[in-house]
Amino acid sequence: MSKILVIAEHLDGKLNPSTARAVSAAVAVKPEAIDVLVLGDSVDAIAADAAKIEGVSRVLTVARAENAHPLAAVLAPQIAKAADGYSHVFAPSTTFGKDVAPRVAALLGVAQVSDVMSVEASHTFKRPIYAGNAIITVEANADHAVVATIRTASWPAANSGSNSAPIEALTLDVTLPTHTRFIELKQGSSDRPDLQSASKVVSGGRGVGSKENFEIIYKFADKIGAAVGASRAAVDAGYVPNEMQVGQTGKIIAPALYMAIGISGAIQHLTGIKDAGTIVAINKDSEAPIFEIADIGLVGDLFKLIPELEQAIG
Amino acid sequence: MKILVGYKRVVDYNVRIQVKSDGSGVVTDGVKLSANPFDDIALEEALRLREKGVAEEVIVVGIGPADLTAHLRNGLAMGANRAIHIVTNDAVQPLTAARVFLKLIEKEQPGLFIVGKQAIDDDANQTGQMLAALWDRPQATFAGKIDVSIESGATGKVTVTREVDAGLEVIEAELPAVITTDLRLNEPRFIKLPDIMKAKSKPIDSIEFASLGVEAHDHLKTTHYAAPAKRSKGVMVKDAAELVAALKQKGLL
Repeated sequence: MSKILVIAEHLDGKLNPSTARAVSAAVAVKPEAIDVLVLGDSVDAIAADAAKIEGVSRVLTVARAENAHPLAAVLAPQIAKAADGYSHVFAPSTTFGKDVAPRVAALLGVAQVSDVMSVEASHTFKRPIYAGNAIITVEANADHAVVATIRTASWPAANSGSNSAPIEALTLDVTLPTHTRFIELKQGSSDRPDLQSASKVVSGGRGVGSKENFEIIYKFADKIGAAVGASRAAVDAGYVPNEMQVGQTGKIIAPALYMAIGISGAIQHLTGIKDAGTIVAINKDSEAPIFEIADIGLVGDLFKLIPELEQAIG
Repeated sequence: MKILVGYKRVVDYNVRIQVKSDGSGVVTDGVKLSANPFDDIALEEALRLREKGVAEEVIVVGIGPADLTAHLRNGLAMGANRAIHIVTNDAVQPLTAARVFLKLIEKEQPGLFIVGKQAIDDDANQTGQMLAALWDRPQATFAGKIDVSIESGATGKVTVTREVDAGLEVIEAELPAVITTDLRLNEPRFIKLPDIMKAKSKPIDSIEFASLGVEAHDHLKTTHYAAPAKRSKGVMVKDAAELVAALKQKGLL
């Protein structure tokens, strides 16, 4: 039988929703147990949140000052140690999981399955390659632990609230390296919904034209309660910061509503949104590739159409 | 100090990938191959560090069949001092690649190993992190900015700004270290004709994979390839009012 260890992602004392998505993938393996591992300096509130997620058997915590910031070199030896006895180690395929999971896999001497989209059997998974232009079925060797990152856009967050899994503190006898130090995290301050987990996202592209013009996107997003994203072209042009990039090398998201405004729809961008519920495209070029995949398209000048949309919404 | 650069050859990013109808793979016959774009960024950064006087030598390393030399020549034409070619006809998975690179590190003793954050063929995003683990050294993944300060030889530290989901994270690591590169780190230079001529006389050291004593440890078996599910083309609306009505009907507004 399988036993799965899910690595919790958290920031500023809050559990990241990507953790509950990784739990969904763990549930799909039909294991006998799913334990969530929380590594941090102050873990209580995070562990309490994790304990509420349906499907979680236990929450294991490691509270150490060295775990204040998610440094892969510091976390990986602890995770590898805690992984003893588990058949699978799952982490969300976010920059956090992508950073730490391969380091864990190498310490365990096993391969990693990146970006799991579906679970076919306990050791058989589907994952995208070539920017999602091909989907492969991979079989991991069942004689070893499987380390995998979970493509968050492919999995709904497991329900939270009804569970109250026991929380246990772990003491791991691991010497931690001091060769890597956290200096700072520069976060974009925003009261808007989080791009990765928002149910509505409004994104702007090169067609928005400038950093100043992007205000119209922010204003519209606020009107409908949406998170704001951007195409790589808009990020590269300096209209918005990098963490807003949606696409193959940015964030891969699956909101219920995605509105692409002034985005032509390069394949790299489409890779990031193809699991969205409804895709709306607004572009002045009726030939733009975004219209090939949009559920609803509207051709026209965004600077004229957005105010009209705001008015029509009322 | 020396910098080793992982330099993978992949299907060119402009090629439209076709899955074979029998599900056995993707079509690669006659398809244009190029350097992995993230590895080009890694090489560019290594060259800039050499130009700043931080490094003396930049070495590109590749794993692949006999004809990989043509690809490594491109790395030499871009400006690498020399190349190391690990010769094998088998595709290697990230853990095996990391083990190969560790062997080269033991021999070359570089201050930095720089490689793309992912290869655009398997999109694994693993090799740099695995190498750092096996080497027991720091890793700075998804680098958007790199500052190296050398104390002497290959000792010193590197400050890396990492592109993470929450924003930009700055970390400091002691050398030697592994760095994986993100898109906005730099724009790789173009190769000029005289550089291609010059590259012809630069050395490529060929080493048989089997002679390294690395166990090819490929735990993952790919059993099937499929084309992704397509989103079908939707409807066009004529104006803002019609769009809002459609979204309200779907309960999205």
